[in-house]
Amino acid sequence: MNVLVCVKRVPLTGGRIVLTDDERAISTKHLGFTISPHEECGAEEAVRIVEQHGGSSTVLTLGPPEAEEQLRDVMAIGVDRAIHLVTDGDEWDPQATAAAIVAAVRAEAAAPDLIVFGNESADAGNYQVPIRVAHALGRPCVTGVQAIALEDGGGTVRLEQEVPSGARDVYVVPLPAVVSVKEGLNLPRYPSVPGRLRAKRKPVQFSTPPRPEPRLELVRLAVPPGSGRQVTVLGHGPEAAPAVVGLLAELGLV
Amino acid sequence: MLAFIESTDHELSQQAVVFARGCLGPPDEGGDGTVSVVAVADGTPYAPAAWAQAIVGRIRESAPVVVLAPGTDRGNELLAHVAAILDLPLAANCTDLGGRGGEVATVSRVRWGGSLLEVAHVHGSRLLLTVAPHAVPAAPIEVPVELLTPDLAGAAAVVRERVEVSTAGVSLADAPVVVSGGRGVGSAEGFAVIEELAALLGGAVGCSRAVTSAGWRPHSDQVGQTGTKISPELYIACGISGATQHMAGCKGAKKLLAINPDAEASIFASADYGVIGDLHTVVPAISAELLKARGA
Ligand SMILES: Cc1cc2nc3c(=O)[nH]c(=O)nc-3n(C[C@H](O)[C@H](O)[C@H](O)COP(=O)(O)OP(=O)(O)OC[C@H]3O[C@@H](n4cnc5c(N)ncnc54)[C@H](O)[C@@H]3O)c2cc1C
Ligand SMILES: Nc1ncnc2c1ncn2[C@@H]1O[C@H](COP(=O)(O)O)[C@@H](O)[C@H]1O
Repeated sequence: MNVLVCVKRVPLTGGRIVLTDDERAISTKHLGFTISPHEECGAEEAVRIVEQHGGSSTVLTLGPPEAEEQLRDVMAIGVDRAIHLVTDGDEWDPQATAAAIVAAVRAEAAAPDLIVFGNESADAGNYQVPIRVAHALGRPCVTGVQAIALEDGGGTVRLEQEVPSGARDVYVVPLPAVVSVKEGLNLPRYPSVPGRLRAKRKPVQFSTPPRPEPRLELVRLAVPPGSGRQVTVLGHGPEAAPAVVGLLAELGLV
Repeated sequence: MLAFIESTDHELSQQAVVFARGCLGPPDEGGDGTVSVVAVADGTPYAPAAWAQAIVGRIRESAPVVVLAPGTDRGNELLAHVAAILDLPLAANCTDLGGRGGEVATVSRVRWGGSLLEVAHVHGSRLLLTVAPHAVPAAPIEVPVELLTPDLAGAAAVVRERVEVSTAGVSLADAPVVVSGGRGVGSAEGFAVIEELAALLGGAVGCSRAVTSAGWRPHSDQVGQTGTKISPELYIACGISGATQHMAGCKGAKKLLAINPDAEASIFASADYGVIGDLHTVVPAISAELLKARGA
């Protein structure tokens, strides 16, 4: 079973987002970087599938040279190798991203049986790269997946998709297939120190695809107006309890 | 203009149709002036690629300038399939349409689960978009809804069955009060005081991602960008710093009370009320005071 998981490097913003002067990106001077929690769960699932069924796992990203950090992080939890489609740092639109991923999949010696994506990227939230990749490759696609079970000796996969009521819709699709997953699928492990050391030596295959003209073109970003809330401090420590209960009474909750 | 909806009484579908009406205005302003509303008949098994083919068939018949759907899981999924089939760009979760000239439209859309807005140009012969939840108010759909009949023969991804997931107590999404704990709670056991206060208020327990990542609570309790989005009457955030991704899930709360010893924590910038202190002493004191007030 060969599993490919696709991840995107994004800034880890804290309590407040600050934009660059040209308003086309988040100012990352003081920020670390990460991937979406959905994608972390995707990577964990790739490792578990290979642990249980054999085969090999690969992580792919399209991003700046620095995104190698995220590839090493993912390999540190047990993914075997990486594909880095290197960009100059400008974000690619979802059509271009999907096309580059499709080309990379087609270039693989052994086509992945399962391609795992996040349900939506943390930053852009385009909700479409996995579906575009599946369409181009002529594979079935199920999104928002919160449970994956290989069946039929690996010929099919049973997938559960959460619906708003909290229930789950069940799909059974033949492999090869494409899935996008949501956090809650599993509890990702933390990388161990030996895992981190091993990850440093795992192979990364680099290439630099040309960036097509964007068709969904970012013009500028804006931070939405603040909550408009003004905090009233009810007190310090347990002595504040009567004031809190006074507030609860005012809200009709006592 | 073609609007795909999930059902006439679905609030986000109603919002999408309102958005469609306001989209490009009358024909002399570049709009086609008409809005067709399409849906798939109730009871049809959900098969995203096959449903999208039916929508594409309808698009080919009437060649609408704009095609939209609500920014729900299914709305986003179906239009992504439509966009893939037609090889057109798709702008997901739009809040506004600024206009369209030639083959370029200007849209505003949300990023980072609503923590950031983007103005984007969408290039193409047809504009495909989904409407962000609550971008416009809902109104009953008054035009006749055309039903599409997808061809499910040969569809590889079809919903086989729906399994109910058993949930105990008040659901996080609908609870009038949510008492949430973050890393400051310190352990799974530490949630006992949070649970006690939530029970006294008839509310639900929530948590931050620091908590689910540590395995203290299940992901179904997580509030935020990749958790549940809630809008209770009151949100009580205990030991939560107020990261943008957490606030993306609770900024709809009518009132927000934060309990945190760090007066500089960014949660206080988004709170209506604050208690500066250690949740391990403050929360039990509130529960005790509440019991006292109720004469228990
Ligand atoms: C793409 C993406 C999506 C994400 N999605 C989510 C999401 O859906 N939900 C989510 O929550 N996070 C999400 N995160 C993670 C988010 O960025 C933060 O890391 C997380 O919210 C931090 O949780 P926290 O506030 O509990 O922990 P911390 O940031 O560590 O804050 C702990 C707080 O507890 C306080 N504290 C310590 N001791 C006590 C005490 N005794 N009593 C009271 N207070 C105390 C501290 O002062 C501090 O303010 C996401 C991140 C990314 C990158
Ligand atoms: N630059 C990228 N590199 C690798 N994978 C990506 C990239 N952008 C998006 N993806 C994948 O596609 C998913 C959905 O992204 P999106 O369509 O942007 O919401 C993400 O969770 C990733 O798994």
